[in-house]
Amino acid sequence: MRITVTVDGTRYTDDVEPRTLLVQYLREQLGKVGTVVGCDTSNCGACTVHLDGHSVKSCSVLAVQADGSEITTVEGLTRDGRMHPVQEAFHDNHALQCGFCTPGMIMQSVDLLAEDADPDEQTVREGLEGNLCRCTGYQNIVRAVQDAAHRMRPGAGPEAERVADEPAMSEQSRAEVRQS
Amino acid sequence: MIPAAFDYEAPNTIDEAVRALAEADDEVKILAGGQSLLPVLRMRLAAPAKLIDLGRIGELQGVRTDGDMLVIGAMTSHYDVQRDPLLNEHAKLLVMATDTVADPQVRHRGTFGGSLAHADPAGDLLAPALALDVEMVIAGPRGRRTVPAAEFFVDYFTTAVGEDELLCEIRVPKYTGWHAHYEKFNRVAQAWSIVGVAAAVRPDGHMIAEARVGLTNMASVPVRARGVEQALVGQEATPEAIRAAAEHALDGTSPTADGNADVAYREHLAKVLTSRAVSAAATS
Amino acid sequence: MTATADSHAGGEVGQARLRKEDARLIAGRTRWTDNMSLPGMMHMAILRSPLAHARINRIDASEARSMSGVEAVVTGADVADDQGSLPCAWPITEDMKSPNAPSLAVDEVNFAGEAVAVVVARSAAEAHDALEAIDVDYEDLPVVLDMSSAMTEGSDLVHPDLGTNASATWVFDSAEAGTGGSADEALAGAEVTIHRTFRQQRLIPAFMEPRSILVDPTGEQTTMWSATQVPHILRLMLAMTTGVDEHKIRVIAPDVGGGFGGKLQVTPEEVITFLVARKLGKPVKYTESRSESFTSAHHGRDQIQKLSLAADRNGTVTGLKVELLADMGAYLRLVTPGVPILGAFMFNAIYKIPAYHFSCTNVFTNKVPTDAYRGAGRPEATFAIERMMDELAAELGMDPLEVRERNWIKHDEFPYTTVSTLTYDSGNYEAATARARELFGYDALRAEQAERRRRGDTVQLGIGVSTFTEMCGLAPSRVLGALSYGAGGWEHGAVRMLPTGKVEVITGSSPHGQGHETAWSQIVADRLGVGFDDVEVLHGDTQSSHKGLDTYGSRSLTVGAMAVVQAADKVIAKARKIAAHMMECAEGDVEFSGGRFTVRGTDTSTSIQEIALAVFAAHDLPDGVEPSLDSEATFDPENFSFPHGTHLCATEVDTETGRVRLRSYVAVDDVGNVVNPMIVEGQVQGGLAQGIAQALFEEAVYDETGTLTSGTLADYLVPSAADLPSFTTDRTETPSTTNALGVKGVGEAGTIASTPAVVNSVVDAVRHMGVRDIEMPCTPMRVWRAIHGGAQ
Repeated sequence: MRITVTVDGTRYTDDVEPRTLLVQYLREQLGKVGTVVGCDTSNCGACTVHLDGHSVKSCSVLAVQADGSEITTVEGLTRDGRMHPVQEAFHDNHALQCGFCTPGMIMQSVDLLAEDADPDEQTVREGLEGNLCRCTGYQNIVRAVQDAAHRMRPGAGPEAERVADEPAMSEQSRAEVRQS
Repeated sequence: MIPAAFDYEAPNTIDEAVRALAEADDEVKILAGGQSLLPVLRMRLAAPAKLIDLGRIGELQGVRTDGDMLVIGAMTSHYDVQRDPLLNEHAKLLVMATDTVADPQVRHRGTFGGSLAHADPAGDLLAPALALDVEMVIAGPRGRRTVPAAEFFVDYFTTAVGEDELLCEIRVPKYTGWHAHYEKFNRVAQAWSIVGVAAAVRPDGHMIAEARVGLTNMASVPVRARGVEQALVGQEATPEAIRAAAEHALDGTSPTADGNADVAYREHLAKVLTSRAVSAAATS
Repeated sequence: MTATADSHAGGEVGQARLRKEDARLIAGRTRWTDNMSLPGMMHMAILRSPLAHARINRIDASEARSMSGVEAVVTGADVADDQGSLPCAWPITEDMKSPNAPSLAVDEVNFAGEAVAVVVARSAAEAHDALEAIDVDYEDLPVVLDMSSAMTEGSDLVHPDLGTNASATWVFDSAEAGTGGSADEALAGAEVTIHRTFRQQRLIPAFMEPRSILVDPTGEQTTMWSATQVPHILRLMLAMTTGVDEHKIRVIAPDVGGGFGGKLQVTPEEVITFLVARKLGKPVKYTESRSESFTSAHHGRDQIQKLSLAADRNGTVTGLKVELLADMGAYLRLVTPGVPILGAFMFNAIYKIPAYHFSCTNVFTNKVPTDAYRGAGRPEATFAIERMMDELAAELGMDPLEVRERNWIKHDEFPYTTVSTLTYDSGNYEAATARARELFGYDALRAEQAERRRRGDTVQLGIGVSTFTEMCGLAPSRVLGALSYGAGGWEHGAVRMLPTGKVEVITGSSPHGQGHETAWSQIVADRLGVGFDDVEVLHGDTQSSHKGLDTYGSRSLTVGAMAVVQAADKVIAKARKIAAHMMECAEGDVEFSGGRFTVRGTDTSTSIQEIALAVFAAHDLPDGVEPSLDSEATFDPENFSFPHGTHLCATEVDTETGRVRLRSYVAVDDVGNVVNPMIVEGQVQGGLAQGIAQALFEEAVYDETGTLTSGTLADYLVPSAADLPSFTTDRTETPSTTNALGVKGVGEAGTIASTPAVVNSVVDAVRHMGVRDIEMPCTPMRVWRAIHGGAQ
């Protein structure tokens, strides 16, 4: 089947088998190997990307389901050589060791902060319940997300990832988007 | 792992979907949010010849009012259910149970109707749907029919939806002013419920005027705890009265044993959690 | 004189330097093995046995071979002559029984998940499609699953040709060894005896990156990329197992996503991919799925521990007897038999135990083989002795910290040779315990506990103690030799000054998340007086790092970094000679500090970078000095190192449901001198999560047919952020005297200490309700049963 998607700001039209998982398409057809696969039951969250502005596990979405969508991977977070505040906070707070869960953890953290710009510890922990890490014990990840919240200007969430030069959304219109 | 090959169709309307179902052979599976189905396909525990994806059907999306009822499109995501103002006002129990489903990513993709149609007895939305007496609107080649929740859940992973039919709407009576709580008991945040209890009460001063209680994972289908409901009505919401009512929680249950709970423990949990769920609802 | 540990003028060591490794990892610019693709690369999928024990009568792959995109189907019979037997490097006794261990089963399968055939195809999807077309005719054989019944007379046998399910029995007795008295006599004459049997459940390492292997046979060397902790051991063992010449093999461990012992292995999958790629003459990649990983990569722990402890009424321990059964699973993998033996030295822990007897019988079952998992033998021992100390305290009505203090080695008694023959070089259990008590608010929590008990609260409070030590820095080669291990315990390192003054460091240690690149840079920057960013650390490729024994057993810093330090010192010594020549003075008059060589008492100096350039030019070197400023060293530790710590855990136990909630956790660890406190803290936090997971969540469960029912991440409960609290961590610093850096190792500390702290806490919460023990993991049902069912 033919699909057209925009991934990290680049438009792609490709033929895929219906059974192709979104994560396979990203890794094998687009070479976006920054997004990884850690399990087969959608528990680990390592494959988390944003699909039309929301975090999803790309191992549990078919590429054909993403037809017409906009996708952001961890590789698309860095803009003009500048890291996303969540990426910076992961580095500064030693929120990764082996780094395998990190792409998914970062993408989910960005989503979490779009939902709640100033989350308390419990909110962060529950917001990351779908992402497993075996190295860190999560403490520094939680710290990094809260640190990132303090660093982030309004609009640094998924909406801010839109590559098109749309004017940044006002706080009010962001709130309306969330309500809708 | 990678699913076995299948054909794929994404109709744009309910009618198209019904036609696609009618034309497909019997190895067809309906793809809603896919959050249960895709892992099953990846592990090759199922290998349907064709998937019919409901994701492009706009009329299956969203929540609206229809007179005294709320209507939830079957493809409304858990995420949208959690944030829907109508549901938050008139059917808080469904929202609270949805809050406990899986994790944020899964809730972005998973759908309300998909969870009900999947009918996993450990799924958290079945008992609340049953407790609130929702109605399922099912579309098929002979038109639409409405099935009450009490008749919808047939067995493990089996519902009243026929092979040539699909669940398209869930109609929910308004429980305006009711207080609710969903008590989920599992071992880690992501895990399925060992037991869950859905409770909604309509307070009248200090008294409980009406109650609705449903149990998750206490049988092959969700169980309505009518004995508990009846024992609560007209009672003051004291811990003693609630505990006494919760003693009826096992009526109609037939729990099974697994690695997390044997039958006796599950039965014990059902009573304790019923008491806690009702207390939390009554004092919320 | 050469630079010593006290001449770290640069001050990098001890700083919380942010990690060099991060930049790529947080941007998705990673080199996981599965990210790699080569021209003409084929994909391999593995057909695995669904049965735990069966004879393979026939494999029909004719349909699979004819399917679209399928290049080859290979069965055990096809490689029977080439695959050899997978290596076991640790024959713990001379008469140890070890079955032949094929990579691809030939005529029999011995655990569910064992590889039976492989498909090589153009795509992974086609390879998996073809797997389903392979027809295997199995004939059921009796399944042996339970260790205890496997040891009874007349039991069915996992390997009938061995004539027994017992692989080996290993014994240590302090009376025989002359290090103490007779444990049996101590028990017979004791005022107090405590007898307990603990079960170390089977665990799955559950590293986040599934194993992946890519083999390229098209060059002069066959190159293997593998998600392994042990590229050097793997290369050697591939050569020894398959007969392919060692110098014709190159192994690369690129980015590796965690290991925890689970990638300390020479796996069937590696051997199969290697053989198949060479057979086809094409690059072949294999990446496992998570559920495959759970049913084929080695598991950990799985012991039954029977302990008897003798003490007097004051709480002084007078003897300890330990009898273990250890489940090997179906085969002996790389260090399978040695794991419980590592524990033999740790049951006496930090205590002065005058009489000690240890015996362990290793048992075969039809399950996935066990092997190293974070701590390997030491967590098991620590758990058991720390549980026993709590039981002794309860028996005597003493505070558990007081009982421990009565028995532990005082800080002025080091070095101390224990009853199990190890010599602990240093430690200060008093200091760590005092600090932990203070941070924890021990007395206030005890008061709250008493109040809750008095009120009969539904939620009871428990306080758990774990004062632990471990042997780290594996290992002195002569000790390994005495234990019949097949290799040494040294490590290799090299330091190369480049002409521009930049530095390449090569380490034989192979990191997979530990932060070697950062920590080694800090050490070398200080040593050579160069910038942190001027150092590049190379590792994990047998071509650049030609020699090494890799990463496990908290050995990287204590052994691996010491090799790098010695190599750096050789570079400095050589540079000093050249500096003296350049500055026209006697070598003895040259002082080295902060990267500069200075003629003593003058302001004449030259930098190490200037010397590096002069060496490159080689125009004017002293006679007999080669034009190179690089050096290598191999460090063999003279002793283990012995980190220790005091961990205190408060849990709240819901007595109605049995649910356990961690309320607070304090870990005060003494890992000696610290190179990077940020990394140390991260290691402790991650270790705690894994140890807590053993206590409360994780268990590999087999059903009665030998099927792993916890075979996915949906069933094997690795905790998420939502299931754990934040930890309070702190350190005391008692430098190790066994290495020049004064370091001890930190990779396993959190895991070792936390499991008993948590279980002690849970038992403590409900001890007044008659509970004496709760089997791990302490699931809600088990806790509830312990309270209400009178269990145990």
